[in-house]
Amino acid sequence: MAVTDMKRLLGLLTMSLFAVNVVGAVLPEERADTMYHAYSGGGVTIDGPSVLVRKNIGNSVSLSANYYVDMISGASIDVQATASPYSEQRDEFSLGADYLVDKTTMSLSYTNSSENDYQAETVGFGISQDFFGDLSTLSMRVSLGSDDVMRNGDENFLEQAEHRRYSLGWSQILTTKLIAELSVETVADEGFLNNPYRSVRYLDPSSGSGFSYQAELYPTTRNSDAVALRAKYMLPYRAAIKSEYRRYADSWGINSDNLELRYTHPLEAENLILEGKLRFYKQKGADFYSDLFPYVDATNFRARDKELSDFTSTAIGIGASYQLPERWALFNRRNTVNLYWDYVLFDYDNFHDVRVHQNSSDYLPGEEPAYHFNAHVVRLFWSMWF
Amino acid sequence: MSKRALLLLPVMLLLGGCETLMPEPWVKPYERHYLADPIMSFERDPVAAGYMNHVYEAREAARGAEGGSGGGCGCN
Amino acid sequence: MRKLIAALCTSAALLAGAPASANIPAADFTLASLKDGNLKLSEQRGEVIMLNFWASWCGPCREEMPLLNDLHARYEPVGFQVWGVNVDAKREDAQAMLNRIPVEFPVLFDSQSDVSKLFGVEAMPSSVFIDRDGNVRYVHKGYRSGDEAEYKKIIKELIRE
Repeated sequence: MAVTDMKRLLGLLTMSLFAVNVVGAVLPEERADTMYHAYSGGGVTIDGPSVLVRKNIGNSVSLSANYYVDMISGASIDVQATASPYSEQRDEFSLGADYLVDKTTMSLSYTNSSENDYQAETVGFGISQDFFGDLSTLSMRVSLGSDDVMRNGDENFLEQAEHRRYSLGWSQILTTKLIAELSVETVADEGFLNNPYRSVRYLDPSSGSGFSYQAELYPTTRNSDAVALRAKYMLPYRAAIKSEYRRYADSWGINSDNLELRYTHPLEAENLILEGKLRFYKQKGADFYSDLFPYVDATNFRARDKELSDFTSTAIGIGASYQLPERWALFNRRNTVNLYWDYVLFDYDNFHDVRVHQNSSDYLPGEEPAYHFNAHVVRLFWSMWF
Repeated sequence: MSKRALLLLPVMLLLGGCETLMPEPWVKPYERHYLADPIMSFERDPVAAGYMNHVYEAREAARGAEGGSGGGCGCN
Repeated sequence: MRKLIAALCTSAALLAGAPASANIPAADFTLASLKDGNLKLSEQRGEVIMLNFWASWCGPCREEMPLLNDLHARYEPVGFQVWGVNVDAKREDAQAMLNRIPVEFPVLFDSQSDVSKLFGVEAMPSSVFIDRDGNVRYVHKGYRSGDEAEYKKIIKELIRE
């Protein structure tokens, strides 16, 4: 980089008047990751591969490409209750480019996601700046997304949705062993924001079960704000703890808090890094959410998506990352094999399990037991650095 | 005219990239041994972290403010 | 007004980036080295010394090491030495890296960061070029591939004096 006048050194501790720090950050590491991911819970299994490759060109440019697939099988409670078809495979690919000049990194990204009834494209632009002796990093990101929503079995159904995300992050090194980060993000959605297959239910004395279904209807806009604070601390022995808190609120009346704690413990002799985590999430649902509406068209907007209900989720996770010994290292590079398992318990306060009506008529509509389910999330991947 | 110029001098020094008016960075570049440790990064494996955030966003209503950058060795 | 601001900013930038040829005597120090016992800077008068501050945890430092080894081998006969000043708090970390990337030039251990502070090290890695009279002539902050060409230029200039 710049060859500077040694006057600024002086061999003394005083700082010269025009001390300009022209050194900057480094590009992300070059690597290739091949992952098998799986989610299994609530009657649904979604698994598939995710492959990421990142390569640098010279000193200033870093390119990345990711290919990701979700293969969906089984039937969630929504499908079991109303027997609507769901798509079976989602393919997503992303391209990214980072350009580093001095202490500034500019990034561009493009993502394309497609299922047979949903197409989405997103472009993003980000800029990040290191300053204050590389102790602080300020980053900003804007992403714009555009979706085409279709419906299987209905050739004429085509709707649009647009998404805009703006985020700001400030990361600060506080001590030689502590780093913290504050991030805020605003998301603005517009267009067809609900699911074309999902329904809400309403009390209907004329129906055998006491209730009937009608299509859900969401507002055409949604604005949300999230703020998160995270910190990572190195313990007196070589291990790290991370804590993260996020607060979320949006224009649909949903607000939530989540807290995550993570402990990372390397076992150097065994070339292992172990990790354990705990995450708590609590959500207060949308204003227009109800498990059971009093009658048809009761409100302007109606939702019975359990994701918009009042619920809590608790996750525990453990993981291990093993660095392969040199003699097995592919291409003489650093290789790791990693396995992470998370167990998530979802507990819904005001979403009830209507499947009980299939086997008995003991329950009145609205008095079915609240729904809850547990899910396993597995991430198995091989990483190689080059 | 010149008086206003003098008043703007601190601002111009900052604009020129000078750091005299800010406190001295309290963690020196040669003291970043712990921060450069891979276990001290917020997310070691972007693919794994990205997938987990995707799982959360798909099952929960909340979205955003999931991660960022910073720290590390601060080299170069 | 705008012209004035522009002029001040430009002059500040110029002063910062200008490779002026001033001379400041290098601060003296003594550090233990890997293979050559205690080394004292002021005893190297007559030699051109390149102090390279590095650490095992610094990626660009790792990249730079073999190139510095080449420079040391090439110009040692004409009175030039690379002195690697390692700033790792624990010597084992430095040793582990030297086992993977062995070097011929003297490696000094500044585990208390005294010498780093003395030279006002502001980036990792940093290279300080000291001429035959013991004066600091150039400081190079950071390392990007291709910087070794600049190192060669400076070394050639200083060894010709």
